Amino acid sequence: MVDFAGWDMPVNYGSQIEEHHAVRHDAGMFDVSHMLALDLDGPDATTWLRGLLANDVAKLKEPGKALYSCMLNPEGGVIDDLIVYYFSPASFRIVVNAGTADKDVAWMRQRIAATGANVTLNSRRDLAMIAVQGPNARAKTWQALPQTRAASEGLKIFAAAAVGDLLVARTGYTGEDGFELTLPAAQAEAVWNALAAAGVKPCGLGARDTLRLEAGMNLYDQDMDDEVSPLDAGLAWTVDLSDTARDFVGKEALIANPATRRVLGLILEDKGVLRSHMTVFTAHGDGETTSGSFSPSLEKSIAFARLPLAVAAGAAVEVDIRGRRLKARTVPLPFVRNGKVLV
Amino acid sequence: MSNIPADLKYTQSHEWVRIEADGTLTLGVTDHAQEALGDVVFLELPEAGRKVAAGEACAVIESVKAASDIYAPVAGEVIGSNEAAVDAPESVNTDAYGTWLFKIKPDAAADLGKLLDAAGYEAVVANA
Repeated sequence: MVDFAGWDMPVNYGSQIEEHHAVRHDAGMFDVSHMLALDLDGPDATTWLRGLLANDVAKLKEPGKALYSCMLNPEGGVIDDLIVYYFSPASFRIVVNAGTADKDVAWMRQRIAATGANVTLNSRRDLAMIAVQGPNARAKTWQALPQTRAASEGLKIFAAAAVGDLLVARTGYTGEDGFELTLPAAQAEAVWNALAAAGVKPCGLGARDTLRLEAGMNLYDQDMDDEVSPLDAGLAWTVDLSDTARDFVGKEALIANPATRRVLGLILEDKGVLRSHMTVFTAHGDGETTSGSFSPSLEKSIAFARLPLAVAAGAAVEVDIRGRRLKARTVPLPFVRNGKVLV
Repeated sequence: MSNIPADLKYTQSHEWVRIEADGTLTLGVTDHAQEALGDVVFLELPEAGRKVAAGEACAVIESVKAASDIYAPVAGEVIGSNEAAVDAPESVNTDAYGTWLFKIKPDAAADLGKLLDAAGYEAVVANA
């Protein structure tokens, strides 16, 4: 168990690698109740969110549809990355990271006051969240919770449906299919046990990290933070500038400061393990790893690297590991998606 | 509960040490250490001929989650390392005491008195 943003959480239940493979090839579950759900309601909710987030919630039309976005500071740095669910133009659910939750809520309240928007923001610490992930995750969820099947069977990727006081979302942080279940905390233990009885393997933070790394998904504070622009963190695809009439916090800074770095995957060719903050030597200058670990799917070490813009995928580079220069090559992200190695 | 064989010596930093008949030392990491590290995926071991000081970091063990140093228990010279373990680092998890990592010829036999016995190491683990 480790202290994770004030939450006592398991790194692994047994073998971290076995937990990883369970998610890639069958079904695993993560207690992600440390993440904070926030309910945003009120007639100005859509307008206010369009001014708050770098992605544009106006593209959400179907109730239950979700969107990944960065929330930026005026300098264009990332305050947090989050998922926002649309229920109606006046009702949204926002899910933010645990480590940034207090900062996020303070910023949102400050923005509500500054804009005078007619919205209410409620922290839902009464809710628990269980992510059930893997190719068999949906089938095993229906086996454990048959009442969720009718409403969730037709869900598209990145969409959610309410089933009583349970929210079933086809989202995740692993690169596999599956659900994220949000439910009253008092029901969490029974649901967890029902999923375990259906053959869903409990997985800890360790497997969650290697899965998201293989899936090319950023981790806040490692791959981006308040000082880093989404354009330098491989997140330009989440910045929506298509509506030129829309202003949002950080937009001006992003337009004034184009990307200076690009993010690529690294595969270590030599033996060793890549970690964060290692120097990467390229033909176009130095870069740095932001996240690195051992990839159970590739059986090699992989990393994300923030590199000079001129470095292409497929480039031979070197990484400084404890004073030695080891060979690596750059690849496009992700490394793995839906159980298949792509690099 | 960790497995702590009575016939081995130990260090505060979770290495096990076997004192061979010829006075050389064979080392690995303890069951408690492999348990704490989790899945081991990489070993960087010292080459034969390297002189090491007592307490010197002379090898690296990496699990999926972190890199850790392995320390020389006494001053001496490295006389061999386990290439089979380098090729199969997961053997540290499956058999911590059967997977030796390197061998040292101590400079002074008197230094061996500083090693912990099984009861002494059990106390270290209990307080960890």
